[in-house]
Amino acid sequence: MSPHAMPHAEDFRAGQALGVDHRKLGMWLFIASEVMFFGGLIAAYLHYKYSLGFPEIELLNVVQVGVNTLILLSSSLTVVSALAALQAGRPGRMALFLVLTIVLGVAFLSGQAYEFASLYREGVTLTSGVFGSSFFTLTGFHGLHVAIGVVWAIVVLLGGLRGAYTAERSMGVEIFGLYWHFVDIVWIMLFTLIYLIP
Amino acid sequence: MMTATSAAGWRRYFGWNTDHKVIGVQYIVTSFVFFLLGGALAMVVRTELAAPGADVLDGATYNQTMTNHGTLMIFLWILPVVAGFGNYLIPLMIGARDMAFPRLNALSYWLIPPAGLLMLSSFFAGGAEAGWTAYVPLSIGGPPGQTLWALSVLLLGFSSILGAINFLTTVITMRAPGMSFWRLPLFVWGMLATAILSLTATPVLTAGLILVALDRMVGTHFFTVSSGGDPILWQNLFWFYSHPAVYIMILPAMGIVSEIFPVFARKPIFGYRMIAMSSMAIAVLGMTVWAHHMFTSGMDPRLRIPFMVSSMVIAVPTGIKIFSWLATTWYGKIRLTTPMLFALGFISMFLIGGLTGIFLATIPVDLHVHDTYFVVGHLHFVLFGGSVSAVYAGLYYWFPKITGRQYDERIGRAHFAINFIGTNLAYLPMFLAGLLGMPRRVADYDPSFTSLNLWATIGGFLLGISVLPFLYNALLSWARGPKAEANPWSSLTLEWQTSSPPPPQNFAVIPTVTHHPYAYGDTPGAEAVAAPATAGAGGSR
Repeated sequence: MSPHAMPHAEDFRAGQALGVDHRKLGMWLFIASEVMFFGGLIAAYLHYKYSLGFPEIELLNVVQVGVNTLILLSSSLTVVSALAALQAGRPGRMALFLVLTIVLGVAFLSGQAYEFASLYREGVTLTSGVFGSSFFTLTGFHGLHVAIGVVWAIVVLLGGLRGAYTAERSMGVEIFGLYWHFVDIVWIMLFTLIYLIP
Repeated sequence: MMTATSAAGWRRYFGWNTDHKVIGVQYIVTSFVFFLLGGALAMVVRTELAAPGADVLDGATYNQTMTNHGTLMIFLWILPVVAGFGNYLIPLMIGARDMAFPRLNALSYWLIPPAGLLMLSSFFAGGAEAGWTAYVPLSIGGPPGQTLWALSVLLLGFSSILGAINFLTTVITMRAPGMSFWRLPLFVWGMLATAILSLTATPVLTAGLILVALDRMVGTHFFTVSSGGDPILWQNLFWFYSHPAVYIMILPAMGIVSEIFPVFARKPIFGYRMIAMSSMAIAVLGMTVWAHHMFTSGMDPRLRIPFMVSSMVIAVPTGIKIFSWLATTWYGKIRLTTPMLFALGFISMFLIGGLTGIFLATIPVDLHVHDTYFVVGHLHFVLFGGSVSAVYAGLYYWFPKITGRQYDERIGRAHFAINFIGTNLAYLPMFLAGLLGMPRRVADYDPSFTSLNLWATIGGFLLGISVLPFLYNALLSWARGPKAEANPWSSLTLEWQTSSPPPPQNFAVIPTVTHHPYAYGDTPGAEAVAAPATAGAGGSR
């Protein structure tokens, strides 16, 4: 660490900063930029959905994706439980919930892979037309975010096993949680806009 | 501890460094190199346009030249140079030791050189020739260089977003004790508004560029017209970012001149809160005006009116600023130093750019002059007469702080004179040519426009020449100029209350801020905003 960064970190610990943790604020701002990014992709999808009609929507398996949605939503619960366990001073329980989160995240991704494969068998691909392009790009970028979240969850889990987090030092887990919940909320938007609204 | 530059030396500027002052200089110097390259391309364009006929370049080469000129100037010069000022100044101005995320900050900078190389390498891959706006289907059908162009702008967008997160977090969480929002220097307010815009608008361009890149690299059909792809969608996504980008480029410039006027008029800034809030108003309104670039694109005519109105409303906060600056100089004890000259030049030329912007927001006028040289004149008065003048003003004003040396005032004034004459000579004839119907982005033109273009070319070359005294002055003074005092201009903002250049940790002790930063004139002896942290870092008084 460069010499000037040391007292810098001390100022933070001295609590000079409005009571807002800079890491948490940074994450919120990052999420704000992500909202605009998905906003751009969603705008492109909706623009084409309403101008072209997208008959391929008939091919989507709402039930299978609905189950997948439930899987992802329950992973938010496990993330909340992991943080609560840590703050209650039970790091072992936190590790358990993080493992559950990782399992649920991988399950969601597997479900998405199954869905993509089914659509490819029906001839709907990334390059088959505007629907394929915008559907796979939008849901694929969400899937990428889930995958990044799973990797992050593994990193947090390993840190937890090493004892990097305690009830007082839980910010790392909390910030991971912010990201994870955001990715979940994006999926609620996508599921509604793509699968539920005709 | 107080000698910052000598020990670590110049080498630290060439490697990974998390000191915001090093990163600030890295940003400023790197972007200046791209400014020189972009300027060289402009000279090529003006040479081609000096006489009618496609005599120097063929059409495709001309398009590549003007595309790279525009993109370099916007994405690799003005955006990063103002980020450089932000990096260097914000922690000093708010009394912090560094940015909130120093390593992220270094990453934001280090994305820029590879992005710049990617952009320039497009010349060797068939070129990018769709203009800086990269309208589809031009940008989809173009040569492979267009893919490099898109990836380069994508990277620069990431850099901007990361920078914005850092600026906002720093200003919100790292202010020194007593540094309330209403005591923030106006440059910091300008950067705050800029960061909000970068954070919210850039990701939409990222999304759009990803669609273009996928179309080009993977074969998706977002913009394949035969499959139902819609070119207007790109225009919406592009301008949703790129109109706010104009404010991203001008709000920090306005912040810079807001620092300079009170110092060199020795008067408190007029309308501090109005200037701060008008920056915020521009940031918010700036998000609602993008479609005024698309009046001729076949949009629903009913949508034109709201976009015309919102675009014109931006003139109100902008006018507030201009009148506040003029009122600041009113009866002031004006010192016509180089920074002050550039700041005054900024007002006069930005005013021309701003007023012609109102012409362009007016639907019937826009339908007539859309895609003519009138637009080219307008945007160059805003971005060159405006942003670049302010950047020069800032470079001179903070030169002693950044380098610890004083520049040569006479060469600085000569630079201003050549730059001012060159700007007006280059861009004023463009308004006339545009009104007479000369289209932009074409290598050839009707012979009736010859004399107007010749004047513009002479002006353009004057601008090219004007860089020489600046470079001479900056390089020579940085190496061998007389040592600068901590506070040579008797300024009151915090960055002047530490040594020149500041020590690595900025302040020996974090200062406690006790009042407003612009109490010039009305306070006898003009006290500094904060009790000097230590005798050593306390500056000249």
